[in-house]
Amino acid sequence: MNHQTELIIEAGRSERHYWQDIWRYRELFYFLAWRDILVRYKQTAIGVVWALIRPFLTMVVFTVIFGKIAKLPAGNAPYPILVFAAMLPWQFFANSLTECSNSLIRNSNLISKIYFPRLIVPSSAVVVSFVDFLISGIILLGLMAWYDFVPGWRILTLPFWIAIAFTASLGVGLWLATLNVQYRDFHHLVPFMVQFGLYVSPVGFSSSIVPQKWQLLYSLNPMVGVIDGFRWAIIGGESRLYLPGLILSVSLVIVLLISGIWFFRKMERTFADVI
Amino acid sequence: MSNPVIKVENLGKKYIICHQDTAGYSTLRDTIVNGTRSMAHAITNPKSVRKTNTEEFWALKNLNFEIKQGDRLGIIGRNGAGKSTLLKILSRITEPTTGRIKLKGRIASLLEVGTGFHPELSGRENIFLNGAILGMSKIEIKQKFDEIVDFSEVEKFLDTPVKRYSSGMYVRLAFAVAAHLEPEILIVDEVLAVGDTAFQQKCLGKMQEVGRNGRTVIFVSHNMATVKQLCNKACLLANGTLVGQGTPAAMIASYMENTLGRATDDDKKNYQHIKGDRRAEIELITINDRDRGEVIIPIFGKVKIALKYKIIESIDRLEFFVLFHSLATGEIISSCWQKDTQEYIDPMLPVETINLEFINHLLPGKYVISAGIYKQNKCVDRVEYAEAFTVEPAFADGQKYDRRGGKVRFQGNWYS
Repeated sequence: MNHQTELIIEAGRSERHYWQDIWRYRELFYFLAWRDILVRYKQTAIGVVWALIRPFLTMVVFTVIFGKIAKLPAGNAPYPILVFAAMLPWQFFANSLTECSNSLIRNSNLISKIYFPRLIVPSSAVVVSFVDFLISGIILLGLMAWYDFVPGWRILTLPFWIAIAFTASLGVGLWLATLNVQYRDFHHLVPFMVQFGLYVSPVGFSSSIVPQKWQLLYSLNPMVGVIDGFRWAIIGGESRLYLPGLILSVSLVIVLLISGIWFFRKMERTFADVI
Repeated sequence: MSNPVIKVENLGKKYIICHQDTAGYSTLRDTIVNGTRSMAHAITNPKSVRKTNTEEFWALKNLNFEIKQGDRLGIIGRNGAGKSTLLKILSRITEPTTGRIKLKGRIASLLEVGTGFHPELSGRENIFLNGAILGMSKIEIKQKFDEIVDFSEVEKFLDTPVKRYSSGMYVRLAFAVAAHLEPEILIVDEVLAVGDTAFQQKCLGKMQEVGRNGRTVIFVSHNMATVKQLCNKACLLANGTLVGQGTPAAMIASYMENTLGRATDDDKKNYQHIKGDRRAEIELITINDRDRGEVIIPIFGKVKIALKYKIIESIDRLEFFVLFHSLATGEIISSCWQKDTQEYIDPMLPVETINLEFINHLLPGKYVISAGIYKQNKCVDRVEYAEAFTVEPAFADGQKYDRRGGKVRFQGNWYS
C-alpha cells in the first residue's frame, strides 16, 4: 500500500490539491464531454448533421434579412461569408453560455454524490460547444469554396481569436453556472441574454456601421472584439481592426475568466449543500 | 499494519435551515428584497435585533475517531443521526464546518449505485463513463472490462441503452463497475439494499474480499445483519455525536436498545421510517394490545400484533408484513407476509388498524419487530425496529423451558 498521499479535509482548505486534482481527473473531463456529444445525437435519424444544419439555416436567414432586405453594406466580401465568419464565434459563445449555465444543475446528481473538481463540469460543457464549433467550421470552408474566396495570411491568426472566444465563453459561462446554482433565475435569464446578444453583437452586420464615437463603448461587449477579429482574419481586405476597442475587449475577457474562476472556487464549497 | 488511515478530529458540520424558504434555493428577488429590507431596518432602528427565520442545525458535532488500515467499519444510527453527512464529508462532497480529517490513500465513495449512469448510453458506454466518474483510469477500466461484464451478468445487452434495462440489470451493472474499484479506502452507503438476494450475497462477498485485501471499508447501513456480517468494527451515531464504538455486536445491541428506548418512552411514537413512498404510514404498533412497557410471551403463546396506519394519499390494495429480528444481532428470525394469503386491504377510513395473530414459535430471548406496507411490490412504508417483546423461558401451558438448542420451536406430532 502506498502512503505517500496524505489528504487533510478541513474547512476552507481544498485549495492545495485543487489544480493537482484537476490534472488527476483529466480523464473524467474527457468522458463528460464525450458523453454529452454522444447523447446529443442519440436516437436522431441524421445525427451530427444537425450541428451543420442549425448554423447553416441561421446564416441563410441572416443573409436574406440583413443583406437583401435591410441592405447593410458588406464591402467586397460575399455577404454569406461576412455573416458566417461572425456566426461561427457567436454560435460557439451562445451555445457555451447555455450549456455551461445549466451544466451544474444537469449534473447535480454527480455533484451531490461524488467528489471531483467541480470546475470540470462547466469546462467540459464549453469543450462540447467547441466541438460543434469545429463541425460548423466545415460550412465556412464550403462557403469559401463556393464563392471561390481565398483568405490571406491573416487566417493564420485565427487560433488566437479562437482562444479569445474560448476564454470569453468559459469566463462568462463560469459566472452564469455558479449563479445558476444559487439563483435559478438565471435559468430563465440566459436564453434571453443569448437572444438579445445576437442582435447587439455585430453578427448580421459589420461593426463598422456603429458610429465612431460609440465604438469604444460598443467594445464593452466582449464578443465585439472576438467577432471583429474573426472577420479580420477570415475576410481580410477592407475589414479593419479598431485597436483600442480590441484591447478593451480582450482585457475584459481575461478579467471575466479570472474573476469567473475565483467566484466559482469560492462558491464551489457549498454546491453540494445548495444544489 | 495498525497505523490509522483515517483520523477524524473534532469534526462538525453546521447547516442553516431556512424556515420560510421551502424551495431550498433562493431566488435573486428574495435575496435583493431581504437584503434591502434588512439594510433599511438596520438604518431605521440600528439597535434592534433582527428577527431571523433561519436556524442553525449541527448535523455533526465534536466527532473524534480513528480507523486503522484493513478495518471494515460499520456506521450505524437512526435516520438523521448524521451518517450520511459524515460520509459526504469523508468523500469530500461537502466541507466540514469545524475540525479536520486526515486521510491516507486513495478514496472512492459509493453513495449511490449508478451515479452518473446516462439512460441514453449503452451498457458498454456507461461502464466507461461510470468508471471514470468513480475515479478509474481508462486503462484500468479496459483491463477490468471483461470482469465487470462477467460480474454484472448482462453481456447480452451491452449495446442496448440502459434506459431499456430492467431495474435489476441496471443495478447489477452499476454495482459491477463499483465493485471493481481498487481504492485504499472504500466508502459505501446502503447500496446493498438492491437487487435480488443472490446478487446481494455476491456483492457482500465482493466487499468482504475488498476488506481482506488489507483495504479499509466504511459502510453505512440500516441492515444490522449485513453490518454484522461485513464489518469488524462499528460506530454508533446519535444526533450528530458519536455514542460509542466497538465490536459490531456490542454496537448493534446498543443501537437496538436505543432505538427501542426512543420508540417506547416518548408519548408520541417516533418510529424510524426507512423506506417507501409514504402514501400510507404506520402510526402505532401494539403487541397483545400493549403499546408500552414490556410484553412477555410464552413459547406457543398466542400473539396479536396490531398495526394502526394512516392514509396520507388515497391508496388501495395494501399488503402488510411484519419482520421479527433478534434484539442482540438484528438478524431476521422470521416474518409474516400478508401477500402469502393472496389478500389485500382497501382502506376506507383515514386511520385504520390491521391485526395479525399467530402462535409464537420463537424460543426464549428478546425480539424486535419491524413492519411495513407494500402495494404491488412497491414499498409504501417500512418502520424499522419499532417494538420489542420478550419470550419467557416457559411454555404456554406453564411447563418450564429447559435450554434446548435452536432459535425456533416446531410443534410437531409424534406418532408411530
